[in-house]
Amino acid sequence: MQLITVAGSPSVGKTSVILRVAEQLQNAGRKVGVVKFDALSTSDDQLYAQKGLPVTVGLAGSLCPDHYFVSNVEDCLAWGERQDLDVLITESAGLCNRCSPHIDGVLAVCVVDALAGVHTPKKIGPMLRLADLVVITKGDIISQVEREVFAFHVRLANPGARALFCNGITGQGASDIARHLQAAPQTPTLSGSRLRFSMPAAVCPYCVGETAIGETHQRGNVKKMRFVDLENT
Amino acid sequence: MSGLATDLAAQPLAGLLQQHPILAEFIATLEVELSPGTLTLGQWLDELPDEVFFDAGMERAQMIDHLQRLIDEMAAMSAASHEQIHSITLIGGHDKQGRAENLTLEFKAGEIVCIVGPTGSGKSRLLGDIECLAQGDTPTGRRVLINGCEPDEERRYAPDRKLVAQLSQNMNFVVDLSVRDLISMHARCRMLADPEAMADQVIACANDLTGEKFLPSVSVTQLSGGQTRALMIADAALLSSSPVVLIDEIENAGVDRKRALELLVGGEKIVLISTHDPLLALRGTRRLVIRHGGIAEVIETSDQERHNLEHIERMDATLMGIRERLRSGLRIEEDLQ
Repeated sequence: MQLITVAGSPSVGKTSVILRVAEQLQNAGRKVGVVKFDALSTSDDQLYAQKGLPVTVGLAGSLCPDHYFVSNVEDCLAWGERQDLDVLITESAGLCNRCSPHIDGVLAVCVVDALAGVHTPKKIGPMLRLADLVVITKGDIISQVEREVFAFHVRLANPGARALFCNGITGQGASDIARHLQAAPQTPTLSGSRLRFSMPAAVCPYCVGETAIGETHQRGNVKKMRFVDLENT
Repeated sequence: MSGLATDLAAQPLAGLLQQHPILAEFIATLEVELSPGTLTLGQWLDELPDEVFFDAGMERAQMIDHLQRLIDEMAAMSAASHEQIHSITLIGGHDKQGRAENLTLEFKAGEIVCIVGPTGSGKSRLLGDIECLAQGDTPTGRRVLINGCEPDEERRYAPDRKLVAQLSQNMNFVVDLSVRDLISMHARCRMLADPEAMADQVIACANDLTGEKFLPSVSVTQLSGGQTRALMIADAALLSSSPVVLIDEIENAGVDRKRALELLVGGEKIVLISTHDPLLALRGTRRLVIRHGGIAEVIETSDQERHNLEHIERMDATLMGIRERLRSGLRIEEDLQ
């Protein structure tokens, strides 16, 4: 199974982009599932379900959503295997521009919103800088001038990464993204994998700089996800 | 750390800063005292306190890699900006019913090609095929060549080096910057030697295209519809990196359409306009008629049409004159017959 981490600030259009890209992957015969991470509540899982995509939700509540993500991503991978997926996409919102869910060896996507202004790429931290692929949304309603300036600043923030424009409403650009995702490496296991950057500050092991994934590394305030399909058996 | 980055770390910082201004810009964002002295980059980084890396969101090794990638990226962008595109060739595919288009069209730099056809006929698909450099892998089966050759994979999948600049009616300026600041920022992105001079030239050009003049100090979000469009056209002609400009109509309010086209073509662009405005449609060397998702016909502009265009231009000039006089608060009472 291919694991893909998609991250981006709230309201940039992550869900729209994933829906469009997942459709392309489905058309190519791949079975795609999504794990939606959010802070307090979400109804995006219904949007995924409507498209026939297996979906599960993780709400971080009082914890940092990125720390919550890394405490649960191994279980998400297992969920994906149980669903017999070819591609598992995790969607998470970077709230403080500080942490990032990107993992070594796992295709990392960052979604940014061209409407946010030409200086924004500089302000987004590891989430943008350590991504393999940057998807720029809402480029269709800004001027060509701003599009070129924005893309330039994205390249300076993450030199060498691919930056693609995608219109989440019409789906323009989604096929280019799907082509990149098709080439994502396989992720048979995450045990022993490492985050690309440490998540600093606060109370859970990942808050104090832990990057290793696996139950044995999770001490202190670790919040685990519930999986409905496991509870029913 | 990569091998290249290790070499980078061993170089004297002062020399690097001189050679790569982008490194100085990056270091400025770290907000640390910069007195390179005789230190190498690696030594200088070693002396920085941990908080600097923590605040920058990078580990030491990641920072050297980042600087190396920054240098490589600037070199790649500079190389790409010298690339010349003389022609684009479109090899026909098929329409929605599967009928073959049976044509090969070559568009040369400095050419205007119009695209006509009802809404939903497949105009956007055609523009989309050119934009993504289709290689028989889009629903139309069309193929696109650059300078007569198949584009390499790198060119195809590097859409950040866009081949096509787009101007459409639902585009707006959203950033809160003055006209001069935004355009000179764009010029710096293109790595021009004198970005301020280029910005002045673009602004003068835009003012030439619009009836309502604007100052370089005005915010781009305050420009009127006509001023906005004029600035976008002047920028696309003089500053955009893309050799192909795709235009979805130019509204007649406040923009001199004839001069706008002359400006774009003079910039050695290939201009594709989706339009039913006679002033624009008859100015092209040919127009592609789109029906049922395919190019149904290619009409070369005839001598008679060119002659008629002159007549239409006179009518348009009359209308523009009336508009100008209304703007200045005059009466329109003469016999117009």
